[in-house]
Amino acid sequence: MSRLLLTGNGAAAWGARLANVDYIPAFPITPQTEIIETIATWIDNNEMPGRMVTLESEHSMITAAGAASATGVRVFTATSSQGLLYGMEMLYNVAGWRTPFVMINVSRGLSAPITLEPDHNDVLAARDSGLLQIHCATCQEVLDSTLMAYRLAEHESVRLPVIVNQDGFYLSFTREPVAVPDSKTCAEFVGEYNPENMRFRASSPSSQAVAVLGGGPYSYFRYETHLAAMQALAVYDDVADEFKERFGRYHPAVENYRMDDADYAFVMMDCFATKAKDAVDRLRDNNIRIGLVRPRLLRPFPERALQNALTGKKAVAVIDQNLSMGKGGVLHTEVASALYGQNDNPILASFIGGLGGRDISAEEFYQIAATLQDAAKQNTTPAPRLLYTESELRAMRKLQAIAHVEREELEANKQTGKL
Amino acid sequence: MTEKLIKRMKELPSTHLLGTGTPMCAGCGGLEALHEIYDILGEKTVFTNAAGCMTLLSVYPFTPFRGSWLYTAMASAPAGAQGIRDALDILLEKKRIPPEDDLQVVTLTGDGSAYGMGLSATSGTIDRNLDYLYICYDNEGYGNTGQQFSEATPHAAKTSTSMSSRGFPGYKKDLFSIWAANNPAYVATVIGAEPLDLAKKIQKAKSIKGPRFILALAPCPTGWDFDPQYSADIGKLAVDTGIWPLKEYQNGKVTHTKIPHHRKPVEEYLTTQGRFRHLFQPQRNEPLLEDIQSQVESYWNDVLEQSHG
Repeated sequence: MSRLLLTGNGAAAWGARLANVDYIPAFPITPQTEIIETIATWIDNNEMPGRMVTLESEHSMITAAGAASATGVRVFTATSSQGLLYGMEMLYNVAGWRTPFVMINVSRGLSAPITLEPDHNDVLAARDSGLLQIHCATCQEVLDSTLMAYRLAEHESVRLPVIVNQDGFYLSFTREPVAVPDSKTCAEFVGEYNPENMRFRASSPSSQAVAVLGGGPYSYFRYETHLAAMQALAVYDDVADEFKERFGRYHPAVENYRMDDADYAFVMMDCFATKAKDAVDRLRDNNIRIGLVRPRLLRPFPERALQNALTGKKAVAVIDQNLSMGKGGVLHTEVASALYGQNDNPILASFIGGLGGRDISAEEFYQIAATLQDAAKQNTTPAPRLLYTESELRAMRKLQAIAHVEREELEANKQTGKL
Repeated sequence: MTEKLIKRMKELPSTHLLGTGTPMCAGCGGLEALHEIYDILGEKTVFTNAAGCMTLLSVYPFTPFRGSWLYTAMASAPAGAQGIRDALDILLEKKRIPPEDDLQVVTLTGDGSAYGMGLSATSGTIDRNLDYLYICYDNEGYGNTGQQFSEATPHAAKTSTSMSSRGFPGYKKDLFSIWAANNPAYVATVIGAEPLDLAKKIQKAKSIKGPRFILALAPCPTGWDFDPQYSADIGKLAVDTGIWPLKEYQNGKVTHTKIPHHRKPVEEYLTTQGRFRHLFQPQRNEPLLEDIQSQVESYWNDVLEQSHG
């Protein structure tokens, strides 16, 4: 094992390298590109075996990933944001093909307006595709989760592709010390790729991904995929235990931070949750009994673990770094559905923040905690809040003022014929 | 190449490798071509397919193929071929499969995918010099959805989205030339009604490595509106009137493999199909008929000029 200063992207590339992947279909997109650049350099320098091919789109890239996996090799790929959505049709396909490859998604806000910094509308758009999802908060987690993802994807009772998600910029371009395990231990942990019955060979012809007629067979295959995804919950727990045993790091399906005696909780995914963690420490210094609940697994959704973590608490704030237009936070809805019908449920409040990389400040976490305390006192659920500060609004008004001034000047010049 | 080159009709294979009983329409010119092609390609093949009529060849739990099959999506069948070819190469290189387990990778799509939605993925495979064979069955419209016009629809043809008396106002896209312009290993047009010409080209394509493209005109009884029994006759007329030139591209050169020196008037082809009936009834549309005839004349004049010049 060695310790290296790695970006999230570097950690993802190391994950692929240590998982002994055979094939890397690729397509560049910010902020993911560093992953494929790193792997390309390693392959060029003979530091990593494997074949990398740059396709002409993410739609083709995901098709090639699935097709290669269906032929019987271990596949790694990566994308982000618009790329994930451009390939969306194929996400549903490759899940239906039951091809167990791993794809990194580096989260980035979706157009329009087009932007570069992160939120989770991209990866949540893939929520119902059949790809499993692991969400990471640190660069170490990105590397570790990539190795774990292969075990999960290739498990005989799962056989589904897995997305490992990390936030663009905040994680993808942030260097952290990362323990890089030695390749032998990783090879032992991940194991040889077993294509099982998925292959194309002259000696054993097969038809894959064929059409079905009617709802009966269609439902059968769709139910099978769902049940396989559900089975991944137990498989994940085993993989996490084995990972801990071998590498000394434990990455449970749901991370509970200072939750044992907590009255209140933040619920968040991905790396902005580390901001919440810091806020928890400071709030605890002020004797507010609050903790953080961070689902690492989004699909399959760890309902039982969330129920165990949240029931009995006074009030819980789900802070969504995404927005389902006309409904609200996606994670809030998911958590609400997990808690529905449970005894001793907490008040469940919804906050939207961190869209397009917008920061969530410590002040805002304190205010959310205060809102939870008030809600508990009054025993009412607060209205959903879209986080936005006065200074942000002032900055936005300045931009609008410039836009107006420029427009007026343009119009005036047009009338006087100055242009 | 180990197999014997086919020179005469009598030498055409009579193996009929492709199974029968598929849900293709009676008289499907695409299926006719595929039967002939598959007899030569053989079962050591894996097909990647895009959404279209022939997606229904393999419906769970049946398939007419003795080899392998992967349905992908309308836009990305060539990318599926890329993934399979690369994976097979990796497995061969690492000796995880024996050489005799290798497969010829074939993409099979209709014109809707080949001329339009899948063209970006196709272009990528040519850029990457992918070793695969692309077969397009071209029935000149989105046939599986009820024959709306596509980029392959000929001028003046009536389709379910060009129902006026002028028919389709656009012109058929020259996909052969788009391929050829990018210097692939091989490009050829074929038609099931000319099985000897087809067989020679498939044999040749099979023996070459790199991106190869077979464009098969597919007379379509339901889409073109004719009795299925005339499918082969209409195919022959497409060649004899000069509407469907049989040609191939290799090493930078286009060669016409069957030049109809005494071309029949295009009317003989057009009158066989309901999609062109509006050119003759209730009265003859002379300008459109002349337009179609003159396009054919102009094409062949260029061909003959080049071959003599």
